[in-house]
Amino acid sequence: MDWPTILLTGLAGVLATAGPLVVAAIGEAISERAGVVNLSLNGTLILSAMAGFAAAVATGSLAAGFLCGAAVGAAAALLVAFAGITLRQSQVAVGFVLALTLRDLAYFLGAPVMGAAGPRLDILPVPLLERLPVVGPMLFRQDVMTYASFLLIAAAWVWIYRTRPGLTLRGLGEQPAAAFVRGADVIRLRYLYTVAGGALVGLAGPMYSLSVKAGWKGTISGLDGLGWIALALTIFGGWHPLRIAAGAYLFAFLQWLGVVLQPFLPGIPSQVLQVAPFPFMILTLVLVNVGQAEWTSRLLALLPEGGRRRLAGLLRLLRASPPAALGQTFKRE
Amino acid sequence: MDITLQDIRKTFGRVIACDRVTLAVPGGTIQGLLGENGAGKSTLMKILSGFLRPDSGEIRLDGTPVIFRHPADAVRTGVGMLHQDPLDYPTLTVLENFMSGRPERFFPSRSAATRRLRELAGTFGFAIDPRACLDTLTVGERQQLEILRLLSLDVRVLILDEPTTGISAAQKAQLFETLRRLAVEGRTVLFVSHKLEEVESLCHRVAVLRSGALAGAQVPPYTTAELVALMFGRPIVFPQREPAAPGRPVLELRALSAMDDRLRLAPLDFDLRAGEVVGLAGLTGSGQRLLLRTCAGLVRPVAGTVRVNGRDLTGQVYPSCRRHGVVFVPTARLEEGLIGDMNLSEHLLLVQPPRRLFIDRPRALEAAEERIRDFAIRGSPDSLMRELSGGNQQRALLSLLAPPLALILIEEPTRGLDLESAAAVWTRLRAHCRAGAAILFLSSDLDEIRAHSDRIVVFFCGRSSPPLDPSRTDREELGRLIGGKGWDREAAG
Ligand SMILES: Nc1ncnc2c1ncn2[C@@H]1O[C@H](COP(=O)(O)OP(=O)(O)OP(=O)(O)O)[C@@H](O)[C@H]1O
Ligand SMILES: [Mg+2]
Repeated sequence: MDWPTILLTGLAGVLATAGPLVVAAIGEAISERAGVVNLSLNGTLILSAMAGFAAAVATGSLAAGFLCGAAVGAAAALLVAFAGITLRQSQVAVGFVLALTLRDLAYFLGAPVMGAAGPRLDILPVPLLERLPVVGPMLFRQDVMTYASFLLIAAAWVWIYRTRPGLTLRGLGEQPAAAFVRGADVIRLRYLYTVAGGALVGLAGPMYSLSVKAGWKGTISGLDGLGWIALALTIFGGWHPLRIAAGAYLFAFLQWLGVVLQPFLPGIPSQVLQVAPFPFMILTLVLVNVGQAEWTSRLLALLPEGGRRRLAGLLRLLRASPPAALGQTFKRE
Repeated sequence: MDITLQDIRKTFGRVIACDRVTLAVPGGTIQGLLGENGAGKSTLMKILSGFLRPDSGEIRLDGTPVIFRHPADAVRTGVGMLHQDPLDYPTLTVLENFMSGRPERFFPSRSAATRRLRELAGTFGFAIDPRACLDTLTVGERQQLEILRLLSLDVRVLILDEPTTGISAAQKAQLFETLRRLAVEGRTVLFVSHKLEEVESLCHRVAVLRSGALAGAQVPPYTTAELVALMFGRPIVFPQREPAAPGRPVLELRALSAMDDRLRLAPLDFDLRAGEVVGLAGLTGSGQRLLLRTCAGLVRPVAGTVRVNGRDLTGQVYPSCRRHGVVFVPTARLEEGLIGDMNLSEHLLLVQPPRRLFIDRPRALEAAEERIRDFAIRGSPDSLMRELSGGNQQRALLSLLAPPLALILIEEPTRGLDLESAAAVWTRLRAHCRAGAAILFLSSDLDEIRAHSDRIVVFFCGRSSPPLDPSRTDREELGRLIGGKGWDREAAG
């Protein structure tokens, strides 16, 4: 194969492997936007991967597998919501315990299907579009869930930033009392968004076990830790779908680069290349949030007034802060 | 719309916030509601707007009993409320705040909302940039926005819980004009305020609450003395301005300039002497706030120097300014000044210099008891800050300032305080002055500025006037300067 083809297939692979991360991180972002932090991601992801795979093996239907995964994710999120919103327990503590428990539960319950041969999503090229130069092989020769992950990015963005319920969603995690006086049923919406976000996280599991890393191999499935990465992407991405997606693709790209470059860089231990994406992500985060720094505003002061304001506005747009009421319970007195 | 509140009762734990209050307001009236801090005004209004549910009692609108399960029910029925502490989204933009809660389409049209907002703001003379982020606005501007939002929802009953704490005299006149117009249209306005003149000039009738119960009501012509007696049940001593015997300079500003997202402060030279009180006047966002924050080390100046007691503190951060006797008391009490979920004795422990590792609880309680007595705070050492009424929060905030102090920088010292608390606050501040501190304060209340300042500096668009003598500057002239007239002469002179 010639090198452009290698590059294009590689990049197509990057988009596909990042798919589940995109879906899980956006799911988490939705629930955090509503003010509920669901820390169970890592456990949910593994359990839903196992459950989805088992369901697909048992029924022979891929759709059943994905549905089962989403249901597992929704159930875990419901547990966090119930403990956090209704029982007013610490969402962080409950989520963390779930993250550990659900993972071990997956290894335990998954023993019967370990190593079983199961179905796998097929590549489904989009007619005509796949023939486009460059973007064709990259974007339009994927499986159906990867297409879904593309759509999710756009849909989540539109929902959060362009619709009326999305505006309420943003307020919900920011200042629930203000959302309340503006007509939102804070408790119900928080439940809804947490469960919906959890269902998305639950879809990410089968995206691994039925496509990206097909099969269930118990502890060596290579899924442990990915939930934490999705969680980090939510934060790095500033709870913004487009930025989360950019972060996930960057992450997958750097990992792929690590694999590709390995043979050419014998001096560097393979572990270095594997973890290299992490410091790189942190660096990106710092650059993105540079607008908040004191010295930036002093540098900006040197610019003429009009330019200064425009640049300050731009930096403001870039900066991200967590929803102010994240993890807090709302009580009307 | 006629409103009847019948035997409304609401308790918070042991506190009885409303004690069988009965109040009838006919449609088309502007009803004033007076009462000292903690009297239960906000609680009663929150019940009427569906934010709180009463323990017992009934609300009738046009004679029909209604039960609001949710503030949205109230808005749908036509009852809207401006809360005392803005309930809005600081991280969203002005426009987004305006749009949320409005019956917009699924995909709201930003341009239509912008037009509506501009149009409304225009009729009330409020200058708010729809694209600005809300956290760059002052509390007063946030209240203005909220009033506009409620009016755009076409409410028939408008509850305003202290709406005039952050707006200029001209804007206030405009707001009152609007309220009168709304009343003529048959709408009902409930107006909560601590400023007697406002209530007397605006309201068709006044009810006074004391300790949760209705203490009395009046219709014009009002007698101020009687209202005060109804509110407090005791006479109030107003602090007198003592002519300052200014000592050595405490604060020296040389060609100081600073800036924020919105404005750049023109280079400023200024001296403040020990024992002196200087008031900063101007429309909100004209530079007063920026100047105070720059002196406090919260904003880094872009040019010039700040010296306190001869020591160069330019560019020092607040903690090191604090070590040199500079304190800053912000307007947004619960956001910047106090910690809502901590109590007074814990606050005292926090501000004390860290001497020991372990907390001496009995002593902390004792110290808190002492402050509560000295500052007449209604609460106990273990009541949480967010549960105190506004006036008591402000007293608590002031009780944390421990001498020796060189410079007190204070934003809106008496925002939301009743007459008695306001008098108490200024008595306290005066005592600090006598002990050698200098005070620099900003206020949107021109009367407060005139009553308490030894000199006044007016701000307009980042420019500042030379210090003016309050005894030789009348209200009108100040008003003109604040509104941006006569600046060229000033600058030359
Ligand atoms: N959420 C709450 N929890 C506990 N106590 C409360 C709560 N809200 C109000 N209170 C208490 O109820 C009483 C009435 O408070 P309210 O806020 O209605 O007073 P107010 O008349 O509005 O005073 P201000 O002029 O200071 O705004 C006060 O003693 C206050 O401490
Ligand atoms: Mg109140």
